[in-house]
Amino acid sequence: MATLHTKNAARAMMAPAVIVLLIWMIVPLAMTLYFSTLNYTLYNPFSTPFVGFENYSYFLNDPTFLAALANTLVLVLGVLAITVGGGILIALLLDQDFYGVNIVRLLVIAPFFVMPTVAALVWKNMMMNPVYGVIGQFLQALGIAPIDWMTDVPLLSIVIIVAWQWLPFATLILLTALQSLSMDQKEAAEMDGAGALSIFWYITLPHMSRAITVVILIQTIFLLSIYAEILVTTQGGPGSQSTNITYLVAQQATSYGDIGAASAGGIVAVILANIVAIFLVRLIGKNLDA
Amino acid sequence: MGQIHLEKVRKAFGDVVIIPELDLQIEDGEFVVFVGPSGCGKSTLLRLIAGLEDVTGGKIVIDGKDATELPPAKRGLAMVFQSYALYPHMSVRKNIAFPLKMAGMDKAEIDKRVDYAAKTLNLDNYIDRRPAQLSGGQRQRVAIGRAIVREPEAFLFDEPLSNLDAALRVGMRLEISELHQRLKTTMVYVTHDQVEAMTMADKIVVLRAGNIEQVGSPLELYTAPRNTFVAGFIGSPKMNLIGGAEAGKFNAATMGIRPEHVRLSTSEGAWKGTVKVSEHLGSDTFLHVESPVHDEPLTVRAGGEFPVHSGDVVYLTPEPDKVHRFDANGLAIR
Ligand SMILES: Nc1ncnc2c1ncn2[C@@H]1O[C@H](COP(=O)(O)OP(=O)(O)O)[C@@H](O)[C@H]1O
Ligand SMILES: [Mg+2]
Repeated sequence: MATLHTKNAARAMMAPAVIVLLIWMIVPLAMTLYFSTLNYTLYNPFSTPFVGFENYSYFLNDPTFLAALANTLVLVLGVLAITVGGGILIALLLDQDFYGVNIVRLLVIAPFFVMPTVAALVWKNMMMNPVYGVIGQFLQALGIAPIDWMTDVPLLSIVIIVAWQWLPFATLILLTALQSLSMDQKEAAEMDGAGALSIFWYITLPHMSRAITVVILIQTIFLLSIYAEILVTTQGGPGSQSTNITYLVAQQATSYGDIGAASAGGIVAVILANIVAIFLVRLIGKNLDA
Repeated sequence: MGQIHLEKVRKAFGDVVIIPELDLQIEDGEFVVFVGPSGCGKSTLLRLIAGLEDVTGGKIVIDGKDATELPPAKRGLAMVFQSYALYPHMSVRKNIAFPLKMAGMDKAEIDKRVDYAAKTLNLDNYIDRRPAQLSGGQRQRVAIGRAIVREPEAFLFDEPLSNLDAALRVGMRLEISELHQRLKTTMVYVTHDQVEAMTMADKIVVLRAGNIEQVGSPLELYTAPRNTFVAGFIGSPKMNLIGGAEAGKFNAATMGIRPEHVRLSTSEGAWKGTVKVSEHLGSDTFLHVESPVHDEPLTVRAGGEFPVHSGDVVYLTPEPDKVHRFDANGLAIR
């Protein structure tokens, strides 16, 4: 009943929610924009002179900025590669019928329920610690020198930790997609002479493309803003080897007390995120059309 | 060649036996229809032949070679699924080309065969569309096209017309029959619709609960059903099966008479009855008549228009040479 009357009624009823949402988003954004033009530090919060774009040029010219940008990309792409690739493999495995498959499915989902800080601390102290971590012990048992993960390969360590947390999400979404593939199609392909690999490549993978797109889009949004895992493990170090944009922005405020630079960094991050979003939607968004 | 022999084929899912031992010969070039009520194991039998299910026992011999252990693709059979099972993300062209591509055929030959198939099936205008952009009948044709390009030894159809509307079904029925005339390839066709079976088959296999009740040409099944099940299943409307005293007069436990073999009169006849419902189709009139000889209404056909209405009294006389007689086990007495 899409009459003029019902449309107007719908608008009137949606208005409060839309207005609240707008305020919710616009007010912080406007304040951030405003702060980013002030010389506003926590050391002297009562004098906040207008400085124009100075905070932006300071943030963008910080040598750490380019490193953080590169780290952010490595982090996002690395985690996406592991979770999508691994998710497809695990989903294929869990789609099989074997004894205890329900319990295994539950176990695979479990990491998703662990808080990011807890997961990162467990990985740092119990898995990756070179002396008493599980991985170190295992390598030592094999006669290989243990790796000091957080110092030697800090970015890789964070990629592994974050991928571990997001693998269940990817697996779950991809598994549901896989289960909705009709048996008939697989059988038809089998009769048409397609082997297991061909069926995967020509039938299963295209069928999952929409789910893969959803996984990539949703994860990218969250992966751009990783913070807690870095804070409790490497704190962006050594140097700036594991600093991403989010961490760099937070550092401006928490370490240097520079609210102006942090706000400018925040705006830069918003712009970057939008560039990524536009890029992604252009690249893979067509998969979402019916 | 397209000769399929089933020898003592059995199929059970776990403890549930779907097909107890079954023998069947399908000869080269035949159009064989498996017909039977829903759930009787028709699809299962077809899938056994296709190789999509493993037999529990027995042998499947295709063209003289034991194919029991062969994977589906190696049996030289093509199947058209009830759901069509088209690949939704591929164009019509790619769908039809898929089996050829999997066979590693070169591009020029693939294009030639696909174009030819598309033309014969009137699909040339839709060749670049996706399945979702096609009507039911067109999808059906794509599924058939995908089967014929492979030039298989035999075609397997699993209720291919059941998702189409009535008018389209009649059209596709003809098209499939014509295709068989032209290709002369063996076709095995599953349906629960006895009209499809009667109109298309060279040989009908009537199945009930995994057992073969009778094998024969449509006319054989019509004129000489082997038992009451086949008698009731083949023919439309159903044969009247009457037990009790009336059957006793014919020295049988059950007598059967088809609606078209009962003479109708408003004045005299063997059985008196009252019309309950009359269906006027123009070309025929079907009467459902309540009569003391049977506790269910008898169905009677009158050619053309027969002017009676609910509540009228009519007299029925079975044509004596068209009466079917069955013994206490339901088997025909010859
Ligand atoms: N994979 C299966 N597992 C268990 N039972 C099945 C399976 N496939 C079919 N059946 C059973 O076998 C019987 C025959 O099924 P089917 O061959 O599909 O019947 P039809 O095609 O004649 O309607 C049905 O009772 C069905 O429940
Ligand atoms: Mg069936």
